[in-house]
Amino acid sequence: MGSSTSIQHQFAFQNAEKAFKAATLIQRWYRRYVARLEMRRQCTWSIFQSIEYAGQQDQIKLHDFFSYLMDHFTPSSHNERDFLDRMFTEERFPQDAEMEKYSDYESIEVPDSYTGPHLSFPLLPDHATALVEAFRLKQQLHARYVLNLLHETRKHLAQLPNINRLSTCYSEEITVCGDLHGQLDDLIFIFYKNGLPSPERAYVFNGDFVDRGKDSVEILMVLFAFMLVYPKEFHLNRGNHEDHMMNLRYGFTKEVMHKYKTHGKKILRTLQDVFCWLPLATLVDEKVLILHGGVSNRTDLELLAKLNRHKIVSTLRYKMRKENEKQAEEKRKANQTSSAQTPTPWFLPQSRSLPSSPFHLRSDKAPKTSRSSSIPCGAPLERKESSWQVQHSVGLELERCQQQVGFPVIREKEEPLLLTSKADPVVGERPEPTREEWKQVVDILWSDPMTQEGCKANTVRGGGCYFGPDVTEQLLQKYNLQLLIRSHECKPEGYEFCHNRKVLTIFSASNYYEVGSNRGAYVKLGPSLSPHIVQYQANKATHMLTMRQRISRVEESALRALREKLFAHSSDLLDEFKKHDADKTGLITLKDWAAAVESVLHLGLPWRMLWPQLVNTSMDNALEYKSWLEDLAKEQLSHENIQSSLLETLYRNRSNLETIFRIIDSDHSGFISLDEFRQTWKLFSSHMNINITDDCICDLARSIDFNKDGHIDINEFLEAFRLVEQSCSEGQPSDCPQSTNANDSDCSSSGAP
Amino acid sequence: MYCLLTDRKATWSNKQRLTERRGIISCNENRSRDRKKNSQLVLADFHKKIKEAFEVFDHESNNTVDVREIGTIIRSLGCCPSEGEIHDLLAEVEEEEPTGYIRYEKFLPVMTKVLQERRYRPIPEDVLLGAFEVLDSAKRGFLTKEELVKYMTEEGEPFSQEEMEEMLSAAIDPGSNSVNYKEYITMMVIDEN
Repeated sequence: MGSSTSIQHQFAFQNAEKAFKAATLIQRWYRRYVARLEMRRQCTWSIFQSIEYAGQQDQIKLHDFFSYLMDHFTPSSHNERDFLDRMFTEERFPQDAEMEKYSDYESIEVPDSYTGPHLSFPLLPDHATALVEAFRLKQQLHARYVLNLLHETRKHLAQLPNINRLSTCYSEEITVCGDLHGQLDDLIFIFYKNGLPSPERAYVFNGDFVDRGKDSVEILMVLFAFMLVYPKEFHLNRGNHEDHMMNLRYGFTKEVMHKYKTHGKKILRTLQDVFCWLPLATLVDEKVLILHGGVSNRTDLELLAKLNRHKIVSTLRYKMRKENEKQAEEKRKANQTSSAQTPTPWFLPQSRSLPSSPFHLRSDKAPKTSRSSSIPCGAPLERKESSWQVQHSVGLELERCQQQVGFPVIREKEEPLLLTSKADPVVGERPEPTREEWKQVVDILWSDPMTQEGCKANTVRGGGCYFGPDVTEQLLQKYNLQLLIRSHECKPEGYEFCHNRKVLTIFSASNYYEVGSNRGAYVKLGPSLSPHIVQYQANKATHMLTMRQRISRVEESALRALREKLFAHSSDLLDEFKKHDADKTGLITLKDWAAAVESVLHLGLPWRMLWPQLVNTSMDNALEYKSWLEDLAKEQLSHENIQSSLLETLYRNRSNLETIFRIIDSDHSGFISLDEFRQTWKLFSSHMNINITDDCICDLARSIDFNKDGHIDINEFLEAFRLVEQSCSEGQPSDCPQSTNANDSDCSSSGAP
Repeated sequence: MYCLLTDRKATWSNKQRLTERRGIISCNENRSRDRKKNSQLVLADFHKKIKEAFEVFDHESNNTVDVREIGTIIRSLGCCPSEGEIHDLLAEVEEEEPTGYIRYEKFLPVMTKVLQERRYRPIPEDVLLGAFEVLDSAKRGFLTKEELVKYMTEEGEPFSQEEMEEMLSAAIDPGSNSVNYKEYITMMVIDEN
């Protein structure tokens, strides 16, 4: 042992220590970098989700509006009645005889020039496989075959029970897939990776096959084809998007009318019926329950098994298929006695005073904070009760609203309710669903799990509830189950366990918000019933990107959507900023900006964190708000004919306008008259308390009528938005948001009181 | 009369002096009041920042976050602690009986103190470069993939496999199978901004 060795040891020790310290430093630095990326990713996710849910709430409001009109409006003139008639004929549900007419396909000729797939019935496995291949090659199935397939599908579905039972004794392997939302690539990928359906390979698709994505029709064709070919092994559950009212807003109706210009109407009508026949749930080995949304503390599987699911047309609105004369008469009498003094309101106040669904919707609550409201979801409001309350509170609003809009006050109810005059008498029909039954279905199609115990109203979505681990436990024990598989919510990894691994969310639409936003997944169950998850992302490009690049891409898309929303509320934002700028400096601080933006948009987003990405300012903590708003407008503005304020209004209410359009155009002709558009928009904007003058409405309508022929063509209507979208994407070579979910705008603007 | 004058003069100058002194006192008071106000504003600002970062991970909107997200939250607030330091902080904010969740009420005061004391400052670029240079004993200007993996997964507070893969995906030039750390640092810094 010499002094040199000890010095060597010392050196070695010092070097080792240095290396250790250096490594620690680098790791520390890197972990911070990753954390900041994670924060950005989470913010981006919040942006997409809050915009999505705001859109859903909009949809609910829109339907509240129409519901109210339908229940309380009494037209005083032929014009008004005809107008409403046209608007609401879609509420007239076709009788079985009529259904035959709608699904009549034999009269449709398939031309020789048709190069797409041919179907013959009964379907063989080869046909179904050929269909997948044809769609992969971007072919389109002829309307005749579509209708034929739908006709056969309906016949098959009608024999199925509400809750289907599967056993692993017969099919050793059962694969459960979640939401697809029109993303055909994901379906093709699943079949490619997991194998096509067969007697040995059972599949359950858990709802939400349509809307948002661009190939909803093709997905339905494939799913229905395989279901007909393997009826015992291939199962479908209904989702909340298998609903013609949702389809009006979220893109499926648009897709059908675009792909099938001649027969689209027929196809839609038939589909409306087919959706109602979809089963509600699937049970595997009596142990694993598969349904689309979730459960509530009142979920009653026996009741669900017994009810008449075909009569539940839409979960958005509790409306029975028909009302007979007697029922309508009683209803009117009830309304009349409670509102002897007040004139019939044919115009509504804000939806806030309307209890439309079992819970009150507070439009001024941001999605996140609304969860703390404790409205029990198990307390349905009686229809009669709500009518009386509504009449009472509305009476006072009436005068003001009517003056504002200039419509005549209707003093007497002379005519019977609109629907009844057209409805056929009830003859030998199965019993109608009760409100309780309807609510049971809403719960299983709309609910979401939460980590807290209990069960409360799902105010974010506007339907169903949030259910806690205790509710899950209670249900599983009551029916002797071991696992609940559901979908309905997009998850970054395509799946998520919760409630002590008793609830599994499975979501199969990868890149749902944007390319790179999330993975898709499916779950396999064998005889042991232990779930085996498989994940994927149907876009090779994303695999090559680093995490940072992936996050940046998705982030850009989210920020673009957010900037659109900000622009759509420019005037309100300006007012709000001015309030914080008493000294008229033209500047606003970060703190005030964040508060102002939240109070206008109600999205519950971390605005302070988003400031550097939304605001381009050299000053650290202050913003020249006017020029900022102008810059936003420059990004969005395009068409010379449409002035800035009009465009802003259009933009903000884009989705609602489109939905209204489609409802008015009930025969799917593709045209509505200027006047119809004006009237409806007027009604609607007062209802939503959007401050817009009569002139503005005329201008709006006229400016949308591009070829000036007195009619608004749906293409013209959408052209206005397409132009804006185009100009927004001009600067970006990469994708603009491809699905419509980024476009749902928030409608709850604060007009002048 | 002179006396009166003198007296009056005296009183006046006394008054003046008094006013002056009062002026100084009030000036001092103003200054300390301003300082207090400023620090209150700064405090309010900290609180808002912390609240916002916390809420991003408060998925249930019930003022709790999963304990595994605390590191991310702290780091996104501008701090650069080591894993060990995060564990120490966690000990301060956890419940007596760890529930897996951290409550906002406990997190806020601890985090506020961290921000006020400017703890866990981020690492300047040149210090970071120095660290890489320590590992690159031969001073070549790069580290091979194997070397990087060895240091990151065996030294310091080792990376998980996932962390290592992620770093490699962005850092390693596939042609040379090495990382030019100076370029890497520059790229990362630009990314951040």
